[in-house]
Amino acid sequence: MTESYDEVMQLLCDRLNAIVNSNTLVTADTNLITQLSIDSIKLLNLIMEIEDAFDISIPINALADVQTVRQLADLVHKIKTSS
Amino acid sequence: MSLLQKLDAAAAARKAMLPDGVGAFGIPIEEVYSATEARIGSRRVILLGTNNYLGLTFAPECIRAAHQAIDQEGTGTTGSRMANGSYFGHRALEREFADFYQCDSAIVFTTGYQANLGTISGLVGAGDTVLIDGDSHASIYDGCILSGADIIRFKHNDPDDMEKRLRRLGKRVENTLIIAEGIYSMLGDQAPLAKIVRLKNAYGCVLLLDEAHSLGVLGETGQGLVETTGLLQQVDFITGTFSKSLCSIGGFCVSNHPQLEQLRYVSHPYIFTASPSPATIASTRAALALLRNGSHLRKRLWENCNQLYAQLQEAGYQLGPDPGPVIAAIMDTPQQALLMWKSLLEHNIYVNLILPPAAPEGKSLVRCSVNAAHTPEQIRYVGDTFVKLYPMVAV
Repeated sequence: MTESYDEVMQLLCDRLNAIVNSNTLVTADTNLITQLSIDSIKLLNLIMEIEDAFDISIPINALADVQTVRQLADLVHKIKTSS
Repeated sequence: MSLLQKLDAAAAARKAMLPDGVGAFGIPIEEVYSATEARIGSRRVILLGTNNYLGLTFAPECIRAAHQAIDQEGTGTTGSRMANGSYFGHRALEREFADFYQCDSAIVFTTGYQANLGTISGLVGAGDTVLIDGDSHASIYDGCILSGADIIRFKHNDPDDMEKRLRRLGKRVENTLIIAEGIYSMLGDQAPLAKIVRLKNAYGCVLLLDEAHSLGVLGETGQGLVETTGLLQQVDFITGTFSKSLCSIGGFCVSNHPQLEQLRYVSHPYIFTASPSPATIASTRAALALLRNGSHLRKRLWENCNQLYAQLQEAGYQLGPDPGPVIAAIMDTPQQALLMWKSLLEHNIYVNLILPPAAPEGKSLVRCSVNAAHTPEQIRYVGDTFVKLYPMVAV
């Protein structure tokens, strides 16, 4: 993976650790819903932050297949490299 | 986890938030006495949790019209307009909405929810983009999902954030529908329409404004935010509902774009549902006439809104930014909101309880809906009760 992918992953883990405020350490394989209990609004607000951080547009309907942090990073990286 | 186990888990989470069987959601209302009073359990309560903004639910003109329509046309249409035909009342109400908004066309939908579903999913599709306010109503989100268009959110009522996201869309902005609301249902605040229109024109997008909560409330004739801002002709599509100021059920879309008519042939929420009943259409037509000539009702409504908003603000409650018929007391925790809601009910006042994630920013709301039929004494009693209860939730 490129360095920018690592940047994406790092930013996601940092933000998620701040949001969930629990003892769960967020890793690439952490499930956003079952392990972090992120509600829909928190996830959508996180997406807006990521859009701003990487200056991209992430359609929220693209999140339908996203369950883990890695899947979210894949999506962000794919949009970032194709924009 | 099985399908049924998922429902069990959701039910457990709901019960954890509302212990002891508190029926804050879907509370049984045993009798309705008037536009402002009903019986819940053994209590005669002041209704402050309805969207009956002009207080017309018992207007003799509306009741008479509904009775007459049932006598003449029966209780239901038993099918869709596409297959079973459009009654005189459906077509007349569409003409009256077009006339009210000085637009060429209007479509009536069976519910307000379907008005947004049907309009949005008819206007955009796969490959298009919708840019929506982050605090949009669920009917807007669901309409966008149904459409298959890419959904991008902007920060609530933040035109700078909206422009940033428009810029990022590049050429895709040409096929972008912007959606905002006249008054937002959670905090009662109004969209910065002039700035949104400026951006819509600068980027060449199409703008849809949902006037569900502002119809009948804002403007000399009650058109909504488009009237108070003088921007009626700048908004491409206006949707709204009959279930608030018009006191029935149904929804509409008006536009000067002739393409609106094509929605009748592509919009599933319009095509594949039974049309509004004759009584519904008749009472809505009567209510629309009252609404158009209802400046005295709006005057009373706003006197009530301003009085209650000022009293709650002075007491120390954190409120939405604008006074209006939706007055939301913002609570930091669900427990505070639940305590306040229960205490108000014990004082014979019924309001809405809004818990996360429905409320913005992870907060909880005790939401009041003020109407024109509330007496000054009722509003004063509600305000005094809120003041009395404030120490219970003050940090």
